[in-house]
Amino acid sequence: MEQNKEPVSAPKQHRGLPFHIIKRVNIPIWKKITIYAVAIVGGLLLSSLICAGLAGKNPLDYFTYLFKGAFGTERKIWLMLLDAALLLGASMALIPAFKMRFWNLGGNGQMLVACLSAYSLSYFLGDKVPEWLLILLMFACSILSGIVWSLIPALFKAFFNTNETLFTLMMNYIATGIVLYCRASWITSGSAQFPTLTKGTLPEIYNNMLPTVAIFVLLTLFMFVYLKYSKHGYEISVVGESVNTAKYIGINVKKVIIRTMILSGAIAGLVGFILIARTGPGLSSDTPNNMGFTAIMTSWLANFSPLLLFLSCFFISFITRGMSQVQQGFGLTNNSIISIVTGLIYFCVIACSFFINYKIVFRKKEGK
Amino acid sequence: MAKEVLIEFQNISKTFGSIVANDKVCMDVMRGEILSVLGENGCGKTTLMNMLAGIYYPDGGRILIHGKEVTIHSPKDAFDQKIGMIHQHFKLIPVFTATENVVLGVKNGSRYNLKNAKKTIGEMCERYGFHIDPDKKIYEMSVSEKQTVEIIKVLYRGADILILDEPTAVLTPQEIEKLFAVLRAMRDDGKSIIIITHKLNEVMEISDRVSVLRKGHHIATIETKDTNVQELTEMMVGKKITLNIDREQVKDPADRLVINDLNCTNADGVKTLDHVSFVARSGEILGIAGIAGSGQKELLEAIAGLQKLDSGEIIFHRPKKDLPVSFFHKTFKQVTDLAAEGKFHYEDGTPVDLTGKSKKEIRSLVNDGKILFNEDEIMNLRDKTPLQIRELGVRLSFVPEDRLGMGLVGNMDIIDNMMLRSYRKGKSILVNRKRPESLADQVVKGLEVVTPDLHTPVRKLSGGNVQKVLVGREISSAPKVLMAAYPVRGLDINSSYLIYNLLSKQKEDGAAVIFVGEDLDVLLGLCDRILVLNAGRVTGIVDARSVTKEEIGFMMTKTGA
Repeated sequence: MEQNKEPVSAPKQHRGLPFHIIKRVNIPIWKKITIYAVAIVGGLLLSSLICAGLAGKNPLDYFTYLFKGAFGTERKIWLMLLDAALLLGASMALIPAFKMRFWNLGGNGQMLVACLSAYSLSYFLGDKVPEWLLILLMFACSILSGIVWSLIPALFKAFFNTNETLFTLMMNYIATGIVLYCRASWITSGSAQFPTLTKGTLPEIYNNMLPTVAIFVLLTLFMFVYLKYSKHGYEISVVGESVNTAKYIGINVKKVIIRTMILSGAIAGLVGFILIARTGPGLSSDTPNNMGFTAIMTSWLANFSPLLLFLSCFFISFITRGMSQVQQGFGLTNNSIISIVTGLIYFCVIACSFFINYKIVFRKKEGK
Repeated sequence: MAKEVLIEFQNISKTFGSIVANDKVCMDVMRGEILSVLGENGCGKTTLMNMLAGIYYPDGGRILIHGKEVTIHSPKDAFDQKIGMIHQHFKLIPVFTATENVVLGVKNGSRYNLKNAKKTIGEMCERYGFHIDPDKKIYEMSVSEKQTVEIIKVLYRGADILILDEPTAVLTPQEIEKLFAVLRAMRDDGKSIIIITHKLNEVMEISDRVSVLRKGHHIATIETKDTNVQELTEMMVGKKITLNIDREQVKDPADRLVINDLNCTNADGVKTLDHVSFVARSGEILGIAGIAGSGQKELLEAIAGLQKLDSGEIIFHRPKKDLPVSFFHKTFKQVTDLAAEGKFHYEDGTPVDLTGKSKKEIRSLVNDGKILFNEDEIMNLRDKTPLQIRELGVRLSFVPEDRLGMGLVGNMDIIDNMMLRSYRKGKSILVNRKRPESLADQVVKGLEVVTPDLHTPVRKLSGGNVQKVLVGREISSAPKVLMAAYPVRGLDINSSYLIYNLLSKQKEDGAAVIFVGEDLDVLLGLCDRILVLNAGRVTGIVDARSVTKEEIGFMMTKTGA
């Protein structure tokens, strides 16, 4: 029967691309690490070529500057660790909410209102109350204002099911607006800056960075235990995975949302307090340095795991510190180049998750 | 009619990732026959037919039509070969009329004319015995009418080969009869009809030949008249199995759950429960029959505390009669208060009077189990949350329809899923995973759950194993009331019978079991009584041992009343 097959009806060639994309079921851990390593190295190589090309320098120097910027001197190492620690704190403020699938994009605003509370206490009460009381007040008020800023969207989400993404995002702009308003009404001298103060500065241990690093490392370990081993953490996971299941077993979903966002806001408030009180208090609307947004990236990169956050926060701080050294060393005066190239590195790292979830299989040739 | 081979599958293979859906399948379809493609869920029968309909493209092998090799890349290619498929989930536009849906997407200009189309549809109806109003909008139609529109849609495009994926899953016995009559008329008109199914009795009734698939392999194609249900089952499952549900007689029934005049309205203002009243008794399986969406979900969720009610009562009778007081109450005050109300009696039946007795005497009487309850405790569960129900000590278990979306958390492992019901126990702020782990171990061993280990996320398990995990957890608390909604949907025969027998076991242990099912044969074989829901109303509560399928089908669909 097969002999009298007519040539007219010969099968058409496969249409489309010569490969298909298949979802990976299980991926061994070494493969995952390799993919990430390749992505990081690839991103760095790409960025070194671009930077060196624009500056007309040797691409190898790029790596020298990169590592010098991050590890060059003891102070540079401390600065990088400080950056990483603050970023850890900001990520800690987001992770419990993210685990609950509550997309809290308001970390920046929550930190900023906390900064404003702490700074204003130092500004108005600095000369009137003893230093220890001032610090205590700053600590309490920062945390409280962080909570207020996160609680508002949480209540709306819990009771009216409003979209938390937009809500928390908009809260950032309100916070910025309030800071600008305060500056305009408090600083009558015409200066566009809040003055740097001396009252309300945290004591140093070894240097003024070690306490901060220690606090946030401990906080991260606490968060790891809280999310993985506590009943609260278990409830957060259930609510995040399926609200229906949570209701079915009798979890009060509203309560979990509100409780978790209070925790989130409190941690953001703590970060805000430290931003102000670590050195002599100074404030601008840019004090949180967009960490509320960078933390979104570190959290996703760490797959919402507090332990992996150590890696992602360290990586981002390393790149940021290293790149500013590259900029200086190569004499690149244009800041945007550095932003673009840094973005490129992040892009490579984030895009590689495609190869972790999928693999590409090339079609075999027709006719065996 | 002379039989000629119309379609030939030659060594068709298809894989999805590591899953082999079809492995070198060879089979054929004759002109003018009804062919059943039989197999369990996941055996690859739908995948195979999807390749004929242009949804998937085979990884290997050839499809021949009229002896010529064809390439079917899209549903349009399939229509060019006069192949049409009616999917399990209808693909119709609700706000369009039947005619508008039928002509939708037809390229040929004259056939797009609605007037002509209506005439053609009328002719088709006459020819094959359809009943359809061409101007009726889809959203006003019953499931059976929608299916008719789907069939007409395919015929209108000139299909000679019709593939129907589980066409009877959503129909009542009467509607199935009508559908089968239509299919026979089409076969006699020379069309080839392929029915994908896992229901054996339907295979026997309608098809001329039957092809059995198992785990992606073609096992056999045989004439229906030469085979029987037992033989087909063995081919499907691959081993001899007994398809018996052990239905014991009901022992000592006592009212456990009294449902009184429940009313419920959904967000669209439609009444989902309309004066529903019934009693579920201990030691009995109460079946609930009805077309999908007749209020089954709302009813069970209302009892479980997940559904707001307009009115009505859910009365739970907590069994206490003739049980020792010490079993429930420990505090001295509770005991003396209840005694003063006359709620106790001694073992010999005389009433208890504790006045004048010393504390010590009373303590020893209670602790020795000499004081017993007169009657059951009665409580209303309406407007209680699931948590409040548990805190009242009511052991109510619920196997919901949506297993991974409601009963379990897909991304969590078996241990964490076991913990869902019990994680609150204890004062510690940390969860204790020891007991859930041993429970998970028991369930996996006891119900033969196939899993690499206890730390596998449940979404990676097969449907049957997911259901075993869920049912295992729900019966582990020795429930007094066990509700199960479509517990065997998507399960293979072996797992289904395991679940039936688990439910029977719960009934023998004295639980009041409420079973919502869709297969009437199973309802008749498993349950003691059957309640029929029809558009939120109870249209009958009947004895499952004496009622017929037709009678239930009638109650499921009758209107007005």
